[in-house]
Amino acid sequence: MDITVIIVLVIVTALAFDFTNGFHDTANAVATSIATGALKPRTAVLIAGVLNLVGAFLSVQVAKTISSGLVDDTKITPTVIFAGLVGAIVWNLLTWLVGMPSSSSHALIGGLIGATWVAAGADAVKFAGLVGKVLLPAVLAPIIAGMIALIATFLAYRITARGGQRTVTKGFKLGQIVSGSMVALAHGTNDAQKTMGVITLTLITAGVLPAEAGPPFWVILSSGLAIAVGTYVGGWRIIQTLGMRVSTIETPQGFAAGTSTATVILTSSHLGFPLSTTQVATGSIFGAGTARGVASVRWGIGGQVAVAWLLTLPTAAAFGAVAAWMAATGPLGTIIVLLVLVGVAGGIYAASRRRPVTADNINDLQARSQQADIARRDDEDIAA
Amino acid sequence: MTINWGALGIVAVVSLVVGVLVVVLVSLALVGLSAHEPAHVSEPAEETLVIGRGGSGLSLSHAAGTVVAAVCLLGAATIVLYGIYLLAF
Repeated sequence: MDITVIIVLVIVTALAFDFTNGFHDTANAVATSIATGALKPRTAVLIAGVLNLVGAFLSVQVAKTISSGLVDDTKITPTVIFAGLVGAIVWNLLTWLVGMPSSSSHALIGGLIGATWVAAGADAVKFAGLVGKVLLPAVLAPIIAGMIALIATFLAYRITARGGQRTVTKGFKLGQIVSGSMVALAHGTNDAQKTMGVITLTLITAGVLPAEAGPPFWVILSSGLAIAVGTYVGGWRIIQTLGMRVSTIETPQGFAAGTSTATVILTSSHLGFPLSTTQVATGSIFGAGTARGVASVRWGIGGQVAVAWLLTLPTAAAFGAVAAWMAATGPLGTIIVLLVLVGVAGGIYAASRRRPVTADNINDLQARSQQADIARRDDEDIAA
Repeated sequence: MTINWGALGIVAVVSLVVGVLVVVLVSLALVGLSAHEPAHVSEPAEETLVIGRGGSGLSLSHAAGTVVAAVCLLGAATIVLYGIYLLAF
């Protein structure tokens, strides 16, 4: 297949991944704000989308390739990148369908590892790097964020116990908007850079850009727009899981969770130990929920999320491997992979319409969740 | 395989201190602002107004509440602005 066609294919697929990254991770910034009513659903995703776009332009650093330290960069071809992206997109769509917050970064890493393994052999995969870059952060990120959110929530309740209820609730709602905005801004900076890095690497590999070149303006703009539009579309199923199914979130919890998420992401990025935004945000919400009592958190959801995290890397790798195997057969194989991707995406979208979760009905579940919470407390009071 | 445990430890400690500090500052500011909340009947049976107590037993004057809120919010805003600075540079 003509190299120009492959490059165009990789760029389009990378932007499609960026779009799924956006709507998959919308929940990280807006779930608690929507859950507590700090923002209306549409307003929340609009603000998050705009700030993701702004975030894409904030960093002047050259976008680093996500594969660094995990696979042998010299063995990566545009076809391998394409196959890796396909694996990541399929995993992102599947987890979105079931409403599971999983790391888009880990999906991309998994897809690239699987594709590289098939295309260049197991020797091209640096398994040792997986522990430090993927497995360890996956375990520690939610624990660190959860502990911070737990302590912060506990203190927020204690300090404001003697404050005026109306002022406190209103103030924490405003605080939630600020902390959620910080998360959206950081997400745009970190995650849009991944797509910029993939596209830039492809252009360098093809000789379109000189080695060591930074992402051109059109790459920054298109990556920023893709993640912003994805964020605005809103991954309502994941927002529902994080904002309403984990626990019934109150405004002090929402503010503490958002602040914990923003702080951990900014600190870790700045100190060179980047952590998954999704895992940090999820840990924060569980921590904030636990502060009101261990029983106020639905730990079954936590178990499901943990399983999704465990499966992310190997499953995305398997999808990437199959895509790379098929694409390696030639131009027809690459076209088949593309058609299968479109078909799978269409199928998943069609399946999602059987039980649509949208901005219009997301608060219905919130109301049911609050009623169940009140009923549970009443039962506990009666039992006491 | 090398894991930068030092960086990880710093991330945990700095995040903990800063995150908790911001929440505490905002919480204190809200308590201060509560002094402005219209007074209400503290106990329905007593039928007496509790002026300037934010309706919840807080004994801050309006001025003191405003000062506390301003100082705490300024501190929190400084931290947020520094966060934006870290993002941009």
